[in-house]
Amino acid sequence: MAKLTIPDDELMSPGHMGCLGCGATLAMRYVLKASGRRTILSIPACCWAVMPGVWPNTCLQVPELYTPFETTGASISGIRAALDALGEEDVNVIGFAGDGGTADIGIQALSGTADRGDDVLYIMYDNEAYMNTGIQRSGSTPIGAWTTTTPVGTTGDWEKSMKKDMIAIMAAHRIPYIATAVVGYPEDLIRKVKKALSIKGTKFLQIFSPCPTGWKMDPGLTVAITKEALSCRAFNLLEIENGIYTVNMKPKKTPLKDYLFKQGRFRHMPEELIEELERDLDRYYEELLSHEECSKRKAEGE
Amino acid sequence: MVKELLTGNKATAYGAMYARAQVIAAYPITPQTTIVERIADLISEGRMHAKYVKVESEHSAMAASVAASNTGARAFTATSAHGLALMHEVLMWAAGARTPCVLVNVNRAMGPPWSVWADHQDAMAERDTGVIQFWCENNQEIFDTVIMAYKVAEDHDVMLPAMINQDAFYLSHTSEPVDLPDQEAVDGYLPPLDPMVKLDVEDPKGFGSLIMPPQYMEFRAHMARSMDNAREKIRKADREWEELTGRSYGGMMDMYRCEDAEFVLFGAGTMMSTAKDVVDELRKENRRVGIARLRVFRPFPVDEVRYLADRVHALGVMDRTYTFGRGGPLYNEVNGQLYNHSNRPPTKNYVIGVGGRDVRPKHIRALFDDIERVSKEGYGDEGEIHWWGLLDGTTPEVEK
Repeated sequence: MAKLTIPDDELMSPGHMGCLGCGATLAMRYVLKASGRRTILSIPACCWAVMPGVWPNTCLQVPELYTPFETTGASISGIRAALDALGEEDVNVIGFAGDGGTADIGIQALSGTADRGDDVLYIMYDNEAYMNTGIQRSGSTPIGAWTTTTPVGTTGDWEKSMKKDMIAIMAAHRIPYIATAVVGYPEDLIRKVKKALSIKGTKFLQIFSPCPTGWKMDPGLTVAITKEALSCRAFNLLEIENGIYTVNMKPKKTPLKDYLFKQGRFRHMPEELIEELERDLDRYYEELLSHEECSKRKAEGE
Repeated sequence: MVKELLTGNKATAYGAMYARAQVIAAYPITPQTTIVERIADLISEGRMHAKYVKVESEHSAMAASVAASNTGARAFTATSAHGLALMHEVLMWAAGARTPCVLVNVNRAMGPPWSVWADHQDAMAERDTGVIQFWCENNQEIFDTVIMAYKVAEDHDVMLPAMINQDAFYLSHTSEPVDLPDQEAVDGYLPPLDPMVKLDVEDPKGFGSLIMPPQYMEFRAHMARSMDNAREKIRKADREWEELTGRSYGGMMDMYRCEDAEFVLFGAGTMMSTAKDVVDELRKENRRVGIARLRVFRPFPVDEVRYLADRVHALGVMDRTYTFGRGGPLYNEVNGQLYNHSNRPPTKNYVIGVGGRDVRPKHIRALFDDIERVSKEGYGDEGEIHWWGLLDGTTPEVEK
């Protein structure tokens, strides 16, 4: 039998306030297993600002700093600066923000942190909309998706723009480590958190965290849907370490339609739009493969 | 002790250094910029030992300060006008989080139209954030107040952020001799930050989590009481500073020749220095006049205003801004505190010096003449709120 690599230590106790099948609770549980107790978390307005519990309760066994929505980047920089000033070493500083808090309102502060190269790990748990406020579109909402602010109605006002590419944005900041993970592959997720925390500088991790409530999906599918997202290329597992791309998983392609139609948010999508989206996602996947090939060839040539 | 010729902005940077601020998070804005430059110099010269986070906005400057303070470090930042307005959300957060950060605000007008000159709207608009507000009239006072502000803010009976205000250019870019005490003396006055709680991996706690209505109101009442506590702590910090350096700023209010004054002008910032000079001249003419200079806006100096009301025939309130609703902020505060007081002398609001317009001795002299006339003849056509010196002829005997 294969040896389990997931640490036993549980830093997230039972009793969180998340919905049935919440992917973000899995993300938090695995991140804390990887980071261990010597971790300070900074959490902006998002589902995880509520899910630990109402004062004086918390289900998390590490210190948490709740902050205004757009301040995660600045907040983790401030924590690190203070730890440095106080001479406290060996403490992980992790920002844990949703996709809206990262790709939209928090992108300026995040850019500042990455630009300065402050020694922190920024985690974006990506459920592809403003879920805590009740399913409004964010920059990370994929094309075609229904949300409460992109209703289908009679005019078809579903989301019209592509999911914002945070990985490319962070790659442009030339930080030492950027990665994606999904909650369906905890070993991979934990390995990436540990690796990120072993590197000095700003690190960025995007965790694909399904939201059955917002995706209008069977809560029993949370883990399985992340695997299908990878095989249909709606999401990709990758790492960028010092500019060198690694596509971690190259699964056999499955039809995008199968992935989309398990989720009520996509059920209205016309055939042509699905075909167009599938072509775009395939092209994006090919781009990642060519980034991988190019960057590896360059690194070997050096 | 040494004496140095310092601008208000350099005095600010020195104040942060002598207070041993441990984390600086700041962003440039005219006319505050030379503060962040000077702090960068002091750190690069090895004279100041602080981590300097060069943030990408004032919003992040305040957010990083709050996080640093929550982690147990003494945090400092500085800004002005639009930068302060951008911080607004995080000022509220800093107060609610009970983080004793200190910031210096160089008072500047809000645009549009663009203006970089002295005006008090930026700070007064932050009245309700829960941030303690000190106001200065010279560069020595700025330096001293940065140190005093930490003493008050970090007191366990207070635990609120503090803002120190200094007028754009009149102080920020004007050099004056400033006495710098020995570092050991300052260290004796201001011990290292002793946080009541902090982010600690050995003792994990959540800071600022969700709370339900029955508890929220309790937290806000606690904040209100802590702000009230600050009055006595400010008086005490002022007394102790005087014992150490010989300099006092009057505790909650700077009263100048008010003991026997019949007519007093109340206002904030550098224009009150001009006004003190005019008082000296008028006293030679046997006119019983005085100046009350705002030293602390939050918490408001209630007792001091009522003390004045018990003595004067009339009180003129000078506001270097307006609330665009009714009256200047200081005027409304004064009237609000006098309504339930037994002695209510006539008050009149002079909106003056807005956006850096000069306030000269002859203007102050005219204000004293006017408030004396009001006490005898009533308000007249101009009413109780007077934009002083407008070009429309509503102000007598002031040149166009």
